[in-house]
Amino acid sequence: MPDGLFIFFAALTLGAAALLVLSRNPVTSAMGMILALVGVAADFFLLDAYFLGVLQVLVYAGAVMVLFLFIIMLLNSDDPTGAYPWKTLALGLATFFLLSAGVLWLFQWSGAVPAIATGPTPPELSNVPSEFTTSAKSFGRLLYSKYLLPLEIAGFLLLVALVGVVSLSKDSNSTAQN
Amino acid sequence: MEHTTLAHHLILAGLLFVIGLTGVLIRRNLLVVYMCLELMLTAATLALVAFSRFNHLMDGAVLVFFVITVAAAEVAVGLALIVALFRQRGTVQSDALNSLHD
Repeated sequence: MPDGLFIFFAALTLGAAALLVLSRNPVTSAMGMILALVGVAADFFLLDAYFLGVLQVLVYAGAVMVLFLFIIMLLNSDDPTGAYPWKTLALGLATFFLLSAGVLWLFQWSGAVPAIATGPTPPELSNVPSEFTTSAKSFGRLLYSKYLLPLEIAGFLLLVALVGVVSLSKDSNSTAQN
Repeated sequence: MEHTTLAHHLILAGLLFVIGLTGVLIRRNLLVVYMCLELMLTAATLALVAFSRFNHLMDGAVLVFFVITVAAAEVAVGLALIVALFRQRGTVQSDALNSLHD
């Protein structure tokens, strides 16, 4: 049996995700999304990945979801009321139950995942470069040695996204007249 | 924490991914579909962190760092595209966006 904190946060995450999918109001969906992301961040904490948990709350539950809420309120995109077409509903339910059963079978009963418990709590900073540690310093150490090129590419990608968003959000009518 | 195994975290990640996929299939509001896509991405990062922790390797966690970076950029561009689409068509319901249909 997993411990109580894990069960609590797993239930919170899955319930909030269900709220995201089932709610007809986009703002309620966004609230469910925020709750699910915070639940995932708590699970990161349970996995001793403290830096990633903080990053998840700051970037996802903070910046990204504020952007989503802003656009939802800007667009006023309420769903039309009324039931879903039965084909859509049947497809969704079949996907959910088949894939859930597949996930449970693969990870619980097929024996593909070894049932190892977590080892001792990882060290603050270890001398082996890529061993799992709890410290944020080990991220920096790896980012600027082994993953230097991906880091540069990620920075460039952010610049490209910035320029792309600015050019996308310019009013197309005013550029056509100029 | 002492009794939580790798399988528990993988089951949570898998179920989260399945819920996100179901949302992408049944929802018609493009904004909600996009949130469900983000949920699937988050589920994948959860599996990465679990593998990273239980194999005592840092590489998976660093990969999650990059995934979060790319997802933030992707959300900004995708939402700008949805706003541009709304300006052209006046709706974000994918049912109504069928002008290439016939």
